[in-house]
Amino acid sequence: MSSLFGSGAPSSDMNARKEQMKQSIQQELAIANAQQLINKINENCFAKCITKPSTSLTSSQETCLSQCMSLYMAAFDQVSRSYVSRISKERGAAPGIGL
Amino acid sequence: MSAQGIPQLDDASKRELEGFLEQEQAKAKLQASIHELTNTCWNTCITGSISSKFSKSEAQCLENCVDRFLDSSLYIVKQIESQKQQL
Repeated sequence: MSSLFGSGAPSSDMNARKEQMKQSIQQELAIANAQQLINKINENCFAKCITKPSTSLTSSQETCLSQCMSLYMAAFDQVSRSYVSRISKERGAAPGIGL
Repeated sequence: MSAQGIPQLDDASKRELEGFLEQEQAKAKLQASIHELTNTCWNTCITGSISSKFSKSEAQCLENCVDRFLDSSLYIVKQIESQKQQL
């Protein structure tokens, strides 16, 4: 009830609320990122593995899908590393033209 | 997350959260670029059928893909700038 009068709220309570907000923001972002990766994997691996959709997935299609998943994630890792290292290189070369 | 919580924060906390949000938005933008680039490089480099690992040329292609994509981007901007000066 003390928060009704503004300054009455204990600061530790406010800090907790603040940290909680930060945490949920980070969590939302992580979930969105994971969803995006899953969508891209499905899009690209479906195109690679399921060239002729039939009444059900065949076992060779399932094998293809699981191999494709790990390959796509490996590609994602490679691209992340290359991109981040390029960005930091460009920043070092031309300070002031940051991204 | 409830929006009612926000007005109850003091100015310093609000400012801190705004900064945090900006930082997280920058992170989200970076992640979106990485998804886009992975998609592009996958389609460019992985042309054969899927096996348990990348072929040598596919792995090589993936390694170079991001840098060449960004080189292309810089080159195109430079090219357009020089064409603009000729007008």
